[in-house]
Amino acid sequence: MTSASLAHSATPDAPNYYDDLIKLFVIAAAFWGLAGFLAGDYIAWQLAFPALNLDLEWTTFGRLRPLHTSAVIFAFGGNILLGSSFYVVQRTCRASLFGGAGLGTFIFWGYQAFIVLAATGYLLGISQGKEYAEPEWYVDLWLTIVWVAYLVAFAGTIIKRKEPHIYVANWFYLAFIITIAMLHLVNNASVPVSLSGTKSYIVWAGVQDAMTQWWYGHNAVGFFLTAGFLGMMYYFVPKQADRPVYSYRLSVIHFWALSFLYIWAGPHHLHYTALPDWVQTLGMTFSVMLWMPSWGGMINGLMTLSGAWHKLRTDPVLRFMVASVGFYGMSTFEGPLMSVKVVNSLSHYTDWTIGHVHSGALGWNALISFGVLYFLVPKLWKRERLYSLRLVNMHFWISTIGIVLYITAMWVSGIMQGLMWRTYDSLGFLQYSFIETVEAMHPYYIIRAIGGLLFVIGALIMIYNLYKTAKGDLRDEAPMGANTAPLAAR
Amino acid sequence: MANIEIDEVSGTPTTGHEWDGIKELDTPMPRWWVWTFYACILFSVIWWVLFPSWPTLSDHWKGVIKTTDRTELVDDLAVRETERARWVEKFSALSVTEIAQDNELLNYAMAGGKVIFADNCAPCHGSQGSGSTNYPVLADDDWLWGGSLEEIETTVRFGIRANHEETRTSEMPVFGADYLTKEQIADVAEYVLSFSKRAEDKAAEERGEEVFATDCASCHGEHGEGGRDFGAPKLNDGIWLYGGERADIVRQITTPHLSVMPTWAARLDDVSIKQVAIYVHSLGGGE
Repeated sequence: MTSASLAHSATPDAPNYYDDLIKLFVIAAAFWGLAGFLAGDYIAWQLAFPALNLDLEWTTFGRLRPLHTSAVIFAFGGNILLGSSFYVVQRTCRASLFGGAGLGTFIFWGYQAFIVLAATGYLLGISQGKEYAEPEWYVDLWLTIVWVAYLVAFAGTIIKRKEPHIYVANWFYLAFIITIAMLHLVNNASVPVSLSGTKSYIVWAGVQDAMTQWWYGHNAVGFFLTAGFLGMMYYFVPKQADRPVYSYRLSVIHFWALSFLYIWAGPHHLHYTALPDWVQTLGMTFSVMLWMPSWGGMINGLMTLSGAWHKLRTDPVLRFMVASVGFYGMSTFEGPLMSVKVVNSLSHYTDWTIGHVHSGALGWNALISFGVLYFLVPKLWKRERLYSLRLVNMHFWISTIGIVLYITAMWVSGIMQGLMWRTYDSLGFLQYSFIETVEAMHPYYIIRAIGGLLFVIGALIMIYNLYKTAKGDLRDEAPMGANTAPLAAR
Repeated sequence: MANIEIDEVSGTPTTGHEWDGIKELDTPMPRWWVWTFYACILFSVIWWVLFPSWPTLSDHWKGVIKTTDRTELVDDLAVRETERARWVEKFSALSVTEIAQDNELLNYAMAGGKVIFADNCAPCHGSQGSGSTNYPVLADDDWLWGGSLEEIETTVRFGIRANHEETRTSEMPVFGADYLTKEQIADVAEYVLSFSKRAEDKAAEERGEEVFATDCASCHGEHGEGGRDFGAPKLNDGIWLYGGERADIVRQITTPHLSVMPTWAARLDDVSIKQVAIYVHSLGGGE
């Protein structure tokens, strides 16, 4: 290995890292991930076969849908972000967690309490009706307390660091923590009807409420699902590939460009609405300008592998990470494209949007999270290696096929839906009624639900593999790549 | 402090920092990346100049091309209105019967009626008027209130038992509310079943015939042939609006279900109502 000289110089004076805390986050991420994927696939089948709503208020699509989105974004994504950030910040700062195990434990259980409070609210019909910000005021207040504790622990660790510089992963994690705090506070500003009731009213009204909501919504994508996950990418990809980060300069420029530009892009969710034209123009152009800053992360992720591409043949964990960066690049190209108003006039309100979101969520967020879980479990439980790399490989292919089925079905169905809505006959009448567009989408809904099912099966394989790894079992199997390239084995 | 090394794979120097074993190369930003970024910024600046964009102290920049969503919509609607003007004029001036006699107008009415029906009527009456329980089939010749073009138009325009002074209306009495006994209701149901050759008890059928003659025949006809003046369904065929099993019939006599159709005059314009009436007339049973 030619790059060996550059990697892994030992850190002799490593302080005491709070790794038991990170184990908790890893377990929670796997648990909530499975719950969120199951809920998502169930509502996918509901869309194909409405009888699955079961005629019960608690199991209707309207209540299970926020349960799914919150479970995958905030419960699965949130736990992996919090856990990985604590792992990364301690090691790259060579400092133990600020606040110690006490603060860390409070953050962990406080965050799980937030998830349970939010989820039970959804099922009981308690919601403030804002997408990705459905929890009512009492849950919002609790999350604020937990989040401030998180900021204190994370920033405190950076402040007491023993490294002279702050590593790039920590810039992204910090941008994520601070921006989410700001978005959460502004978008959820509300007045409870009474202190003993769950209902509240948002202080914003009309189009300003819509704008605030999508400023929040888009930057939840931008800072929770992009900046935070880029933080993960910047630590775990070079670690797993055993290579230096491709370009420091690119990381500086794309970090600041991404942070500055993302915050303006929200109005592209409100094209052709009551939102004034000038705001729509700004939302669209800032989204277009965001294309390259987003791709900066992809370039840095992929090019870090130069000199290590051969490892993909034998290392399915690295394959997860690289595929995730590929999906990241694809969906951050598709996003600016869909923000252009003429494209948006076709894509808006159709399944194309759902496909776009899932190419990012399944392809980027989930795949890199799987890679990180496979990286962390043997390290945290101090095992020699994973139980089975062959199972990791199987998980990789099953979930990738699932994602491809999902997003291609939604592309076809979404573009078809958009075209059907706008087709006129020769006399100037709309060619299709709404119900005909729904009928036409039915087969694609089934394909999508099958794709989702594959994704769930993949997650089950992962959980089994991680459980066996933590237990200390090693599967007796031929090494990866042994049958194709015997010399490439590490 | 910095400890710069040369990466053997790429020949690029590192920045000299290291975190937990991770180093960074000092590779320049890819040129194509920088230039594409600049191009996107340039595109945005041009867009800002052309279209409404940056806010000012009291207003906002209107753009060199003074077009907005609103002006585009107004223009589109104006074009559509001009295209439709000659049709609207004729449809407003002529009756549905006259429209249906003109092939060109009929063709236009069918195209428009299909869309209007699918978006407004199909949720209850089914696509192509296939109907379901409580919602009449429109594709057969069994009409409650009449199946001529004019009669259908009236039904669409004013609705049935709807909130309009000209709405079609009728009310089947609640026979179960101490008017007929349970036995009498069972008898008359037996008689009604006999129209479709399903009666089982001859004696009950005969008792029921008397009740029917007194209480039902005035609307539903002596032999259950129905009465359109009251929207009273035929009882002597296999089509049942509220279900045709014995239990359904007993329930309907005891506490009648009375369907409502909204008045569409409030939601559709005159031209659309005429179009959809012609379309419904064509579904299979128009008279």
